[in-house]
Amino acid sequence: MTNNASEPMTAATPVRALLSKPWIWAFLAAAITFGATSLIAGSGAGSLFYAALTFASFSAIVGIGQMLVITLGPGNVDLSIPASMTLAATLALKFMDSETAMILPGLLVAIGVGIGCGVINFGLILLLRIPPIIATLSASFLYQSLAIWSNRGLRIKPPEPLAEFATGGALGIPNIAVVGILLAILAWVVLERAIAGRWISAIGQNLRAARLSGVPVNAVRFGVYVNSAVCAALAGFLLASFSGGANLNMGTEYMLMSIAVVVIGGSSIGGGNSNVPGIWGAALFMFLIVSMLNSYGLGAGIRLILTGVVIVGVVALASRKGYDV
Amino acid sequence: MQTISGAPDAPVVALDAAHMSFGPVQALRAASIEIKAGECVGLVGHNGAGKSTLANVINGRLTPTEGAVQYRVSDPAHKNSENAQASGVRSVFQELSLCPNLTVLENLRIPYRNMPRKGWRKIASQKMSDALDLVFPGHGIRPRATVGDLSIAERQMVEIAIAFADRDSEPSLVILDEPTSSLDAAIAQQLLDHIKRYCSEGGAVLFISHMMGEIFDVSTRIVIMKDGQIVDDNPAQAFTRQSIVDAMGHVAPDDDAQGSARSERELGPVLVSSAIGLNARRGEIVGLAGLAGHGQAEALAQIFFDHSSVWKSGKRPEVVFVAGDRARDGVMPLWSILRNLSLTTLPEFSKRWMVDRPAESGLVQKWKDRIGIRTNNLLNPILSLSGGNQQKVLFARALASSAPLVVMDDPMRGVDIGTKKEVYQMIQNEAAKGRSFLWYSTETDEILECDRVFVFRAGEIAAELVGDEISEENILHASFEMQEAVK
Repeated sequence: MTNNASEPMTAATPVRALLSKPWIWAFLAAAITFGATSLIAGSGAGSLFYAALTFASFSAIVGIGQMLVITLGPGNVDLSIPASMTLAATLALKFMDSETAMILPGLLVAIGVGIGCGVINFGLILLLRIPPIIATLSASFLYQSLAIWSNRGLRIKPPEPLAEFATGGALGIPNIAVVGILLAILAWVVLERAIAGRWISAIGQNLRAARLSGVPVNAVRFGVYVNSAVCAALAGFLLASFSGGANLNMGTEYMLMSIAVVVIGGSSIGGGNSNVPGIWGAALFMFLIVSMLNSYGLGAGIRLILTGVVIVGVVALASRKGYDV
Repeated sequence: MQTISGAPDAPVVALDAAHMSFGPVQALRAASIEIKAGECVGLVGHNGAGKSTLANVINGRLTPTEGAVQYRVSDPAHKNSENAQASGVRSVFQELSLCPNLTVLENLRIPYRNMPRKGWRKIASQKMSDALDLVFPGHGIRPRATVGDLSIAERQMVEIAIAFADRDSEPSLVILDEPTSSLDAAIAQQLLDHIKRYCSEGGAVLFISHMMGEIFDVSTRIVIMKDGQIVDDNPAQAFTRQSIVDAMGHVAPDDDAQGSARSERELGPVLVSSAIGLNARRGEIVGLAGLAGHGQAEALAQIFFDHSSVWKSGKRPEVVFVAGDRARDGVMPLWSILRNLSLTTLPEFSKRWMVDRPAESGLVQKWKDRIGIRTNNLLNPILSLSGGNQQKVLFARALASSAPLVVMDDPMRGVDIGTKKEVYQMIQNEAAKGRSFLWYSTETDEILECDRVFVFRAGEIAAELVGDEISEENILHASFEMQEAVK
């Protein structure tokens, strides 16, 4: 039987089709924790939702960059994300010096710092043939030191309109979440509809075969590493604007977070397969589980332990069932 | 003890109708051979004729699925490998098996079971020097050197010396699988001299080589294998070079396929040429032949890498690649048939950065019909296909491109005969339209499809055959004869 190629194989019911999506689990988990938290907290599910969207945005933005890197295959991970965030935020806020007129140039500075970090990361990987984990980790010491050197403990406030934008929202949706969602849509289009997305996935499955199939592998990897650093820089810029200034450990928690949202979101840890909606589901879940444990009155130690257990559990479950594209 | 110990003319090892099959593949069929003390047995045969399997059965690494192996010391309670060890059977293989991070003397220590604990380095060092001096006088290798720092030839020398070394037991049979492949002529001669000396003193050697000169130099007896069987086993005087080549012989080609469309085509100007002298003209099918692992795959990859970029991808690629090792070089295991097939041609049929999905679907459907991929849904995973059908997808991936040069790295592995015929025809048709093919194959009937054939030997081109010169005999001659010229 030769029927046409665009018909999906199994679409018995819409529910089953939905359940076959790997990202649905992240959203289900987020919804359950949301329900559990609002039951206890009682006060305003709406404000919890608003806060979740806000904080999930930062995780989602760095997670999108990290996801593309992880999709490149085993060994590919960007550990310089926290330092890139800090450096971009520090330099951009120093450059803007709380002047409203400098907001756009400041944003460009942040993005420029991101591009620079990405170029250095990939340069180390390609020219010196350092494994990506070591390259990005060691480069991050460089970025962090630069941030310390340029900041010298000063905390410069963001320009007033920028701070208002970062903390504000419309129609119950925070502005930052709008940025995060737009970036997610863009990433989805690139991955699912653009040639570049096919190339990224091909490299993640088999670098050698991709090269032999004519994929410009270095150009693609270069773009992905630069993109990751730019996402980190953008997240750093927004986070500093949101929280009233850059500080030197602002990126710390995003090291684990960027990887956790990729894994929990249903992307393949082994590379080749990425999942954009899952990033948002996982980012919401990661915020909500912390606030749930908070509202149950558990201490910081227990919170961290449970967060670790959740990640281990999800990875163990995810590696048991295979994904198909 | 059931030890049958050393009547001097008892064979060191005797195989009686040994079969060795790996799943459906019969690597060794009814092989019977005896090796006595004082004999040097030369073993020759094609790639895949079963030489290495035979060697591995003799040294006990493989236990035959049928038939019996009898060693000089044969205790039925022990495994073949233990009996072989006890009988003093030792092997040197083509792929070197020393530990590169250890020193030379430490590598001797590994098989030396009963080395005294105290001062073992000194003893091992002395034994190693003695062994090297014995086989390769004037070698200049220090026993305390780290193996990883030695050249390939020096490593090979160390490995050979360890095999012949006087350890806690004496060697009775040494199996040498292409031992001279990385030695220069003078060193190789030292080895051959040692083999002769060793055999005249009552040792036995099984000597596997593609180099006719060496085989005739050292062998007292020559064994020829073909398709997993021993086809000839006679004293060396009974053979000539020609008779050996004839006996290694060939699988009769399918007559109907041979040279079907050859010579009909007009060939254009030279399209590519590489540093080692490989070249192809427009519309030409160029074959790369010779024994496996003699640089054909590297030469092909070099041509591909020279004419494609890791930084750019254009609408007009110069070259496309068909993988033979599907898992390593071709298939994207997570993807559907559709995505696998369209990978190479994405920039060609799409307008800018976005995939033109209707065009993709049309292209894939067209190639599915054209090359006959057996599936009812192109969105099924590629791994749901049989190996032969996966290979068709890889062919289609490359042929769908407009690239004027197609590079094929032994692309017919695991492909059934029917598909092969279809693909031969398709290649002939594409060549008639002006495409060039560089085709490495280990199978003679594929090489016979070519307009011109380069025979490789040790990474270099040993011969260039055109038209009617392309025959199994000529390819064999070229694969083997170059070393005799070197000698």
